[in-house]
Amino acid sequence: MTSPLVLRDRIDSFPTDQVAGYNVRPGRTFPFGATLVPGGVNFSIFSSGAEAVSLVLFRRDEKTPVAELPFPDEYRIGGVWAMTVFGLDFEDIEYGYRVFGPAEPEPGDRYDAGQILADPYAKAMSGRNVWGVPPDWNDPYPYRSRLTFDDFDWDGDRPLRIPPEDLVIYETHVRGFTRHSSSGVSQPGTYAGLVEKIPYLRELGVNCVELMPVFEFDEFENSRINEATGEQLFNYWGYSTVGFFAPKAGYAATGRYGMQRDEFKNMVKELHRAGIQVVLDVVFNHTAEGNENGPTIHFRGLDNRTYYMLTPEGYYYNFSGTGNTFNCNNPVVRDYVHWCLRYWASEYHVDGFRFDLAAILARGLDGAPMQNPPLPEALAYDPLLRDCLLIAEAWDAGGLYQVGSFPNYFRWSEWNGKYRDTVRRFLKGDAGTAGDLATRLVGSPDLYKHRSALASVNFITCHDGFTLADLVSYNDKHNEANDEDNRDGANDNNSWNCGVEGPTDDEGVRRLRLRQMKNALLLLLVSQGIPMILSGDEVGRSQQGNNNAYNHDTPLSWFDWSLQEGNGDLLRFVSRCIEFRMAHTILRGHHHPTGDDQYGCGYPDVSWHGVNAWQPDWSETSRLVCLMRSGAAANGGTDHIYVAANAHWDDHDVELPVLPDGMRWHLFADTSAQTPADVHDPGAEPVLTNQQWTTVGARSALVLVGRFSGV
Amino acid sequence: MEIERHVVDSITVISLAGDLDGRFAATVQEQLLTSLPADERILLDLTKVPFVSSAGLRTMLLIYRQAQVVNSTVALVGPSPELRSVLSATGFLGFFVVADTVAEGVKELSKTELKRSGVT
Repeated sequence: MTSPLVLRDRIDSFPTDQVAGYNVRPGRTFPFGATLVPGGVNFSIFSSGAEAVSLVLFRRDEKTPVAELPFPDEYRIGGVWAMTVFGLDFEDIEYGYRVFGPAEPEPGDRYDAGQILADPYAKAMSGRNVWGVPPDWNDPYPYRSRLTFDDFDWDGDRPLRIPPEDLVIYETHVRGFTRHSSSGVSQPGTYAGLVEKIPYLRELGVNCVELMPVFEFDEFENSRINEATGEQLFNYWGYSTVGFFAPKAGYAATGRYGMQRDEFKNMVKELHRAGIQVVLDVVFNHTAEGNENGPTIHFRGLDNRTYYMLTPEGYYYNFSGTGNTFNCNNPVVRDYVHWCLRYWASEYHVDGFRFDLAAILARGLDGAPMQNPPLPEALAYDPLLRDCLLIAEAWDAGGLYQVGSFPNYFRWSEWNGKYRDTVRRFLKGDAGTAGDLATRLVGSPDLYKHRSALASVNFITCHDGFTLADLVSYNDKHNEANDEDNRDGANDNNSWNCGVEGPTDDEGVRRLRLRQMKNALLLLLVSQGIPMILSGDEVGRSQQGNNNAYNHDTPLSWFDWSLQEGNGDLLRFVSRCIEFRMAHTILRGHHHPTGDDQYGCGYPDVSWHGVNAWQPDWSETSRLVCLMRSGAAANGGTDHIYVAANAHWDDHDVELPVLPDGMRWHLFADTSAQTPADVHDPGAEPVLTNQQWTTVGARSALVLVGRFSGV
Repeated sequence: MEIERHVVDSITVISLAGDLDGRFAATVQEQLLTSLPADERILLDLTKVPFVSSAGLRTMLLIYRQAQVVNSTVALVGPSPELRSVLSATGFLGFFVVADTVAEGVKELSKTELKRSGVT
């Protein structure tokens, strides 16, 4: 190949050798991966035990390699092979590696010179460029590494650094958010489509989107036809990474042109411009290579014993429940994960990460939990990640449950699974939950006392499990459509169908369900900690009782935008609740309230009440929790908020605590009232006529705010 | 890839013909970037460009940034609907004034004020 005119102003920009007809020279060992350098491309790859490595070059989309360049042995330093190849048409090249293992492999080695391996550091991958287009199953190299530019024009953008206490997180799926025909966007199911819906997110009031996996994965992994329904089942969620440095091409409208990186960055830029942060759901607990029967993509053939936790006999530990376990605390793998996150934070300007099954990050090389696991520690102290949210899903499929005890270095937050379980149980009317609910509403000090209340990411629903509408419509999961005989998905849902399993025309049941949804979202948004809303819950999205819709690329798992009309009053309710939270700093502090008068306002920062003011009922049969939060308001005055949550099937009259002179109770929200009286504009709440007593309806919640009359 | 220059109503029109991809990006850069007119309005006519690759998009943005350096402004003319949608999805559209025809482009560009001082 001829190379275009190159300005050679470095001594190392001249080739020194020829390999397979290409001009080459010894490369730079760092950084790993493929890097564009003057006149050429620098390739660097590590393997602890390989004896020889070849660079395999393909022209785009061609099945057979155009060239194979063995790395000369003198191009290797330690276990790193590095070579600069000149004159490549980098837009037309796909590359991979062939790795030759030792003649006498150790147990656990899985070198296979018959395979072409992807680069674990590939910044773009091809092979699944357009979502759902059936792949060529006979392609000898199905997931191909591509060369990329890293010169996006950010036009002044940088990560937003919104104070964590001000965040309201919205968990969504890039494709599912706009794939439905009702979305009305020009590029449904893509990063660009999400950009078109930014005005909706602004109106709702959320300021952080948490995107389910966006690293390159294969939607055809374990794909099959459901024989009963004829539906093509996919790996729709994407919790099975193929390329950790590459954005999912099939989520890009421009994936067919290999421009997914620009499209992803533009999405981040546009979200930032709208004041919305971007958190990525990242999956480092396992990879798409599966167990002994899985495909060889990269790690397995490069260095199986380094990248995976193996039994002494060389088999895969399966703490992830998906076949293999990524060896996160091996120093090499630790560096890999670390560089990957640094890369996404710096190159893509993302604002944080949520770690799937993060308890695996706290396991040692033998699988045992570590007191002081190096990876979570390194991430906690990293200079580049300093402002990134680090959120652990603090459990794994191997039985390690670390909610409240994930090694945190005063830095990590957690998905608070206990918040979810307690609020659900309280709302359905379980006995003995009043005291626990109180703890959850003020930031779970039992779990996070020595940390900040912001360690608690509060949620009632997430992608995993029932949607909120289904939580109040089903007692049991209905996962038949997943084609696993309803065995998959959680059984401990703490859900209640309000009297009828599934859809019903019974107006009483429907009203109760709507009220229960409002109760849940209201409590979530007045709780201390960082609230997270599952996308679609604000409009009552159902999955027909399916609590594990991971394999459906159908309306079952897509956001139906027509729900905005049918459930507009719920949407209105939620956006007002977010606005209310934003208006009251006392709901969002770092510190757990103590019950003392911290602000010199004459009231404890939190006080507990019952049917009578100042007399909470923590007994086993109590289903009424009332609290008052008092403290400094944003305008310098004092702020008082009263919350009453009644999970009992009867109304209760409750005595209100007396406010300071001149202040009166105003009604922000009452879920027992019909729209539009269920919620009021923050700052314009109507005054209560009776300032001594009010009624909290059966299975309802209300929120009052103290204000000076006429203010 | 062919590159043609002419002037319409004191506006420099640069017409490209052929795919603007990695193979031609270097040529286009070489022929245009070093000789981009200063203090001018420039139309980049893409009517005869069927395909623009990632490298091609970058070339367009390089022209835009270089134009800023020499205090000129750039507009695009006649991108195909597909190209327009790619430009939109990747955010490149945000940098350019876009018109359907050269005549419209001339009209649009005539409205724009050239900045008094160069931006670097």
